[in-house]
Amino acid sequence: MSTISTSNFRKGIKILIDGKPYLMETCEFRKPGKGQAIYKTRLRNLLDNTLIDRTYKSGDSVEEADVREGRGSFLFKDKNSFVFMDSNTYEQHSLTPEAIGEGNKFLVEGTECGMLYWNDQLIGVMMPNHMVLEVTYTEQAARGNTATNVQKPATVETGATVTVPAFINTGDKIRVDMRTGEYLERMKG
Amino acid sequence: MSFVEGERDFLPTAPIENLRLRAALLEAVRAFFRDSGYLEVETPMLSADATIDPNLSPFVTRYLHGKCELYLQTSPEFAMKRLLAAGHTAVFQVTHAFRNGEIGRLHNPEFTIVEWYRVNDTYGRQMDVVEELVCHVFMVSREESGGLKESAQALPASRPFRRLSYKEVFERHAGFDPLTIGLERMQKIAASRGIVPPPGLTDDDRDGWLNLLLVEMVEPNLGQDRPEFVYDYPSSQAALARIRRDDPPVAERFELYVRGIELCNGYQELTDAEELRERIRECFSGSSSTMDRLLDSRLIDAMEAGLPECSGVALGFDRFVMLAAGAENLAEVIPFPFSRA
Repeated sequence: MSTISTSNFRKGIKILIDGKPYLMETCEFRKPGKGQAIYKTRLRNLLDNTLIDRTYKSGDSVEEADVREGRGSFLFKDKNSFVFMDSNTYEQHSLTPEAIGEGNKFLVEGTECGMLYWNDQLIGVMMPNHMVLEVTYTEQAARGNTATNVQKPATVETGATVTVPAFINTGDKIRVDMRTGEYLERMKG
Repeated sequence: MSFVEGERDFLPTAPIENLRLRAALLEAVRAFFRDSGYLEVETPMLSADATIDPNLSPFVTRYLHGKCELYLQTSPEFAMKRLLAAGHTAVFQVTHAFRNGEIGRLHNPEFTIVEWYRVNDTYGRQMDVVEELVCHVFMVSREESGGLKESAQALPASRPFRRLSYKEVFERHAGFDPLTIGLERMQKIAASRGIVPPPGLTDDDRDGWLNLLLVEMVEPNLGQDRPEFVYDYPSSQAALARIRRDDPPVAERFELYVRGIELCNGYQELTDAEELRERIRECFSGSSSTMDRLLDSRLIDAMEAGLPECSGVALGFDRFVMLAAGAENLAEVIPFPFSRA
């Protein structure tokens, strides 16, 4: 197992803490007065996405996490998991909806993703920031009631529900933010 | 930074208006010291002597085929004190200093330092000098920078600057007396604040724990509404400052903070060669070669010959410009920081 010492700390490195992989999101070098250097870091747990703060002093070292990135695409949804295929190896890997995050509800077959592996196990996917989805059902808005501040639910092709403005009709294509699940715009044509 | 790293990294990271401001402030600093009767001096950046601060790593090199290691200065302290021992009474210089391994938003391994000394001044008197200098330079900066960011216009420069002892700032912001607190109590306070100590911080490293709590609990609050001096540090953090034999003893040192950023530090200088020898023996007991080299330094010879009572201050000029420009990162005021040097 290789280690990383504080002098090589920088944003983006992946390290192991208590046996779990973390991404260094920020690293601030502090050195007050005549004291020892201190590295204040913010780390994201790559398994559950939680953030923690850890402080190191010069000379400390941490274990490097064997994390690598690849490309792949979404294949299909199993009973409780989502199955992806690596574009290089054609190997299939599955992930829980929790590990995918909010965007799992909007995954359409064939969607291309970045793949994140830890010790060759898929631990996360980086999806497009937004997806274009077809509305399969939404109540017809009352005639004349097309004000943009009136909202209603709409079902999209993946089965998920999105809150949309009143002027959206069944059959429309809409753009959805994958990180928040929010409606962004109606596609023309 | 708006540039893409790589092929365009020949470009400076600092915008031209910041470099104009930098030039104006450099001139203002020089004029301030000249008008106050200080002589501008230049001393070697490359020296056979190195710092006695165990937390600083110098860049080390050699003369072609030379036997001895040479060091890029971490500050011009030794050479300027040798001038005082030779009869100079008030000297300043603007030079580059080098500190290996120090890089970040507020650190560049090569930086511009303004350092000055005056014989017969106390460190209290030098706090007054710093206050005058900072107000003068911020005023020049406001005149120069009609169009600069609002954050720079709103620089906290109201006088008088706050002056609190190291003990007082800890009591105020962390709730304990740093000069007497036990290690266990510090560890409890850290734990109650959710502060996870660095893995390498050992139980016998009292100054390491104080340093951690200073960074986490105290420093962010310092100098927010007005610049703030912190003075009288634990005697274990004296470096080359004089220790006053109070109970408990304190090192006659000060630091100035502006908006949580440490801008300069000053000492009532240690003048006793024998005490310096003792500190070196204590601090470097684990490394006899470093100890021998330091005990052999020309600074000790100068102190032996007679360093007059004096006070000196070192100021990070790049940070000074950064604050004046309302910038957040040294790269905004240094044309070519380390990554593009």
